[in-house]
Amino acid sequence: MTALLRTDGIKKAYGGVQALNGASIAVDEGTVAGLIGPNGSGKTTLFNVITGYDRADEGQVWFGDTVITNAKPDKVFATGIGRTFQLTRIFPRLTVIENMLIAAQARDKPKNLLSWFGKDAWTHHRRHATDLLEFVGIERHAHLLAGSLSYGQRKLLELAYVLVADPAVVLLDEPAGGVNPTLVNHIADRIRQLNAEQGKTFLVVEHNMEFVMGLCSTITVLESGATVVSGPPNIVRTDQRVLDAYLGADIDEEEDPR
Amino acid sequence: MSTSTDMVSVSTDEAPGAGRRSSVLKAAGLLVLAIIVIAFPKVYSNPSVTNYGVFALIYVTVASAWNIFSGNTGYISLGMAVFYGSGAYALGAAASAWHFTGTSAFALLPFAAVVGAIIAVPFGLIALRVRRHTFIVITIAVFFIFQLMAFNLSFTHGTIGMNAPFISWPSSGYNTPFYYIALAIAAGTIAIAWLIRRSRFGLQLRAIRDDEDRARGLGVRTMRVKLSAFVISGAIAAMIGSVWFLYIGQVQPNTGFDPLFDLTIVLMAFLGGYGSIAGTVLGALIVEPATLWLNTQPQFSGGYLSEILLGGVFLIVVLFMPRGIIPTGGEWITRLRSRGRPAVIPATTIGGPKATGSVSATSIGSGSPGGAR
Repeated sequence: MTALLRTDGIKKAYGGVQALNGASIAVDEGTVAGLIGPNGSGKTTLFNVITGYDRADEGQVWFGDTVITNAKPDKVFATGIGRTFQLTRIFPRLTVIENMLIAAQARDKPKNLLSWFGKDAWTHHRRHATDLLEFVGIERHAHLLAGSLSYGQRKLLELAYVLVADPAVVLLDEPAGGVNPTLVNHIADRIRQLNAEQGKTFLVVEHNMEFVMGLCSTITVLESGATVVSGPPNIVRTDQRVLDAYLGADIDEEEDPR
Repeated sequence: MSTSTDMVSVSTDEAPGAGRRSSVLKAAGLLVLAIIVIAFPKVYSNPSVTNYGVFALIYVTVASAWNIFSGNTGYISLGMAVFYGSGAYALGAAASAWHFTGTSAFALLPFAAVVGAIIAVPFGLIALRVRRHTFIVITIAVFFIFQLMAFNLSFTHGTIGMNAPFISWPSSGYNTPFYYIALAIAAGTIAIAWLIRRSRFGLQLRAIRDDEDRARGLGVRTMRVKLSAFVISGAIAAMIGSVWFLYIGQVQPNTGFDPLFDLTIVLMAFLGGYGSIAGTVLGALIVEPATLWLNTQPQFSGGYLSEILLGGVFLIVVLFMPRGIIPTGGEWITRLRSRGRPAVIPATTIGGPKATGSVSATSIGSGSPGGAR
């Protein structure tokens, strides 16, 4: 079985800092994969390279059998890779439902110029968008400006609007970061439900080890921009290299000037 | 009784009825407004009065065109005069080259719009690669390039400028046809602005305003979308620029490409309400007649004081009313109406997902599936 999303030896440097140094990861279709590593190990940079927000210096990104290395963000999204950001990026002066519609119409191909000005094409998007808002639990705020939502609600909105375009793979950058424990469970439940019911594929970056271990079937560990180990949670948890690199060495890493 | 969930269901139940009532009110208001603007030159037929009307409508058009691009995308353009002046010069050059004389020159208005659109493509492709301050600086640079070209190219006749085809209407009724032409273009521009605002195109523009990179990551083809709005805005400005040229009968480099032109437009938009269609129109209707009036007052000695006043007003608006009349006024009205009850549905946190889910699902079901705005 070939992986749905795969990276091969990605290298990326910012000035003198080697953010990625041969990062390789494979996400199989229909799984929830985890990506962990100490601060500054290159997790978000890898996300940026995959989704076209940063260019790779070396290496390749595969989506199924297609190479999508250094494709532009809109192309990557249209291919079927959606992502959220560590610090949520919603459109604060659009309403919640408008945020959803922006993402929903991304893969539409307007038939003619007039359809750009029409409203009819939106009706089915609106329904789908409302359903998803209901699914994550913020549909009652649909007509509020997104900027008035709380931090946790923004996380949910970002999750919902990435899902609305129905991407094949969803990349989540710290979905549980900075939100209360109830909401963490709520988000984990939603991911599990999507994976079980629709076979949706996820790649999750997260520092909350309990969250990752409970959710993911495969975990890849990055350290200093390179893949250390990859495997099921119980193997990764006990791997000596992981304990050295991550679980045991947090304090050293905090001092590391990124 | 007065729990937050009650508030939700009450307000959503109220919404459809209130919406219908307010849309009837709006339609009636628009009708009254239409009658007033159509009857205006019939009631006040004095040319010195209708002159105010023509200029006000020209600026309503330009400011609304500016708003289509800058108001929606947040890219503040100070290059509208590029299109306005080019429209004037394009019509003048075309009329003399192809021998359009008298009223037949009006047939060239669409040509001016096309010229504006053609200029907007390379202009936009260069300027829209950068954002914020850099974008503003580039629009100003392009503006000066065009002014210098008007001074130096052979077909623009340097400082002498160009004369428009002579239109032999009697002076008593000269302004009225121009008034209706400007009115038609202004109404068309407002209609286009409104159509864009409620369309997916408009939504994409406003998404670009909020977070351009994120919009791109969600599949919005940002360059294409920005450029389209820029071209529409430029074409309209060029067309109304050519109307202005026919109306006053001549154009020189410093009147066609006037540095104060863009500042005036930005002032109009900020005064009325940046990004709001009605606000921009209102701003133009206030600023342009006021400027005209000040310029004709002898005690203000030839208009210098009016420019100083304009700058002063600009400062006051930006400092004390940065959002403009329409949004601020709207807030006051909402505050008056919602006195004694919460202005918005309290944005409570996600508690038990199951419980809130079922309550709000019913309230959404009973509410209108209507527009987001």
